[in-house]
Amino acid sequence: MSGGPGTGGRADAVRLTTEEAAVLAGADGPAAATAMRIVTEAARLLGADSLVPIGSAHIDGCLYHGDGGVEFAERLVREEGAVKVPTTLNVGALDLLHPGRVKGDDHRLEMSRRLMNAYLSMGCSATWTCAPYQAGHRPAVGEQVAWGESNAVAFANSVLGARTNRYGDFLDIACALVGRAPFVGLHLDAARRATVVVDTSELSERLRDLDAFYPVLGSWLGRAVGDRVAVVDGLPPTTSEDRLKALGAAAASTGAVALFHVSGVTPEAPTVEAALGGQPPERVIRVTPEDVRATLATLSTSADGAIDAVALGSPHFSRDEFCRLHGLARGRRFSVPFYVCTGRDVLREVAAEGWITDLEAAGVTTVADTCVIVAPILPGHRGTLMTNSGKFAHYTPGTTGYGVIYGSLEECVESGAAGRVVRLTETWT
Amino acid sequence: MSPEGRAVANGRVLLAGTGSGPLLRLAAPISFWGGVDPSTGSVCDPRHPDHGRSLSGSVAWIESTIGSSSSSSVLLELLRLGLGPAALLLGRADPILSLGAVVAVELGYPGIPVVELPAGVPAEVADGTLVEVRADGALRALPGGG
Repeated sequence: MSGGPGTGGRADAVRLTTEEAAVLAGADGPAAATAMRIVTEAARLLGADSLVPIGSAHIDGCLYHGDGGVEFAERLVREEGAVKVPTTLNVGALDLLHPGRVKGDDHRLEMSRRLMNAYLSMGCSATWTCAPYQAGHRPAVGEQVAWGESNAVAFANSVLGARTNRYGDFLDIACALVGRAPFVGLHLDAARRATVVVDTSELSERLRDLDAFYPVLGSWLGRAVGDRVAVVDGLPPTTSEDRLKALGAAAASTGAVALFHVSGVTPEAPTVEAALGGQPPERVIRVTPEDVRATLATLSTSADGAIDAVALGSPHFSRDEFCRLHGLARGRRFSVPFYVCTGRDVLREVAAEGWITDLEAAGVTTVADTCVIVAPILPGHRGTLMTNSGKFAHYTPGTTGYGVIYGSLEECVESGAAGRVVRLTETWT
Repeated sequence: MSPEGRAVANGRVLLAGTGSGPLLRLAAPISFWGGVDPSTGSVCDPRHPDHGRSLSGSVAWIESTIGSSSSSSVLLELLRLGLGPAALLLGRADPILSLGAVVAVELGYPGIPVVELPAGVPAEVADGTLVEVRADGALRALPGGG
């Protein structure tokens, strides 16, 4: 049993500017006052002593998890909430472009739609993607922002060099409504310095140049470092955005990784020494081939055999990923449902190339605005899903009831055609 | 033990309140989204060592939170449904999960205390012990607990 807690927006330890204090007192309307109360409360509990102006926000809270989130968002709308900075929206629980793709009872569908509409009413952009950085939302190096969605947070900090903490549902929109965030953690120089060095030099160059390695490395990294900032050394200087996206998404699933550096690749790590800020590391970890194999084993919960579906696109598939899939799948015929999840901006682009027509002919189902682990899309409640995504591999069992099998993109394509797991090479030795 | 119980730890109040229930020591970091079923309060991630255990009514010790930005939504939903933990003890102040409890208060749902305990819950307080979180952040073991 419990009782009697209260927030009350105590700002004792948090210094507000005159303008911020006026917003808290209601000068900018009731929604902004609610939002400022929440931001100030978050600042207090995180130990911040002031707020920082932000340049943009990405909102995770538009995804339906229950009626409480809808009540909160609709209250902000009733209170005439309007975002103060450019704000993109994460996936919702509906595919607005393909009605009927998401199943579920009428209540769930209705509340999902109401939630998405509430966030649009507050002036957010209808991007509906967990990869806003693939929809043109790319803050500059050093820019202060408030982003939700764990993979987007990791990408914004690590790959773009923007500055955000791991903002969650409710605090994300609160920050957007007042254009402020608690000035603490990764908004400050000190916390962005790497304290852990991850040395990958023991791994073969072939492995380090394999797409399917990056979700595995990310899953390992999240478990190994938790919420500490690591600099990964020894990855190819040409490591692509898609590989960094996959690394970050997996690390933010198994751990609380909001920022990682890759020496010679990411903007705050021209060298290992630079990422360390000239100080000695607290810890140096050498990743071994055994670490990679052991982590790989944790990504699958089912044994190789028959599969019921394939799902790609967590984070949402990029144009480059579609290009590779198109090359592999064109002219094939999948024998199990084969889902590719993406944002509407990327979908528009790749449809214009004609790739979607070819992929649909092969049996691909595109899912836009949402994905298979946040909305009821997969057939039934039991089965085996194959994926090349570390994030799908991590969350699928807990969110869908499906068992999961991890493989490379090529293996997913071959397995989708065969209806059972096809392994292509002794990749991991 | 006195009826008032025995003081076992003192933490920093993240969200003030009182709550009591059996201590549930989560054995591994958790993401509430993907890790806890918002309709039952049970750990639903089959890879988690506490898979199947229910957080409802417990005083949950969580050394570290990981994963999803939606964990705040899952906690809010549990509190709305009356299925939430009675209190949260966190190893480290968390910007995501705690916000679910903050917003519960905003919406007038029954709230819960959230306390930061960097040194953890002392090992002698066994899993299942009836404990109480006080408004000042004190944790007490109550008589009659497991």
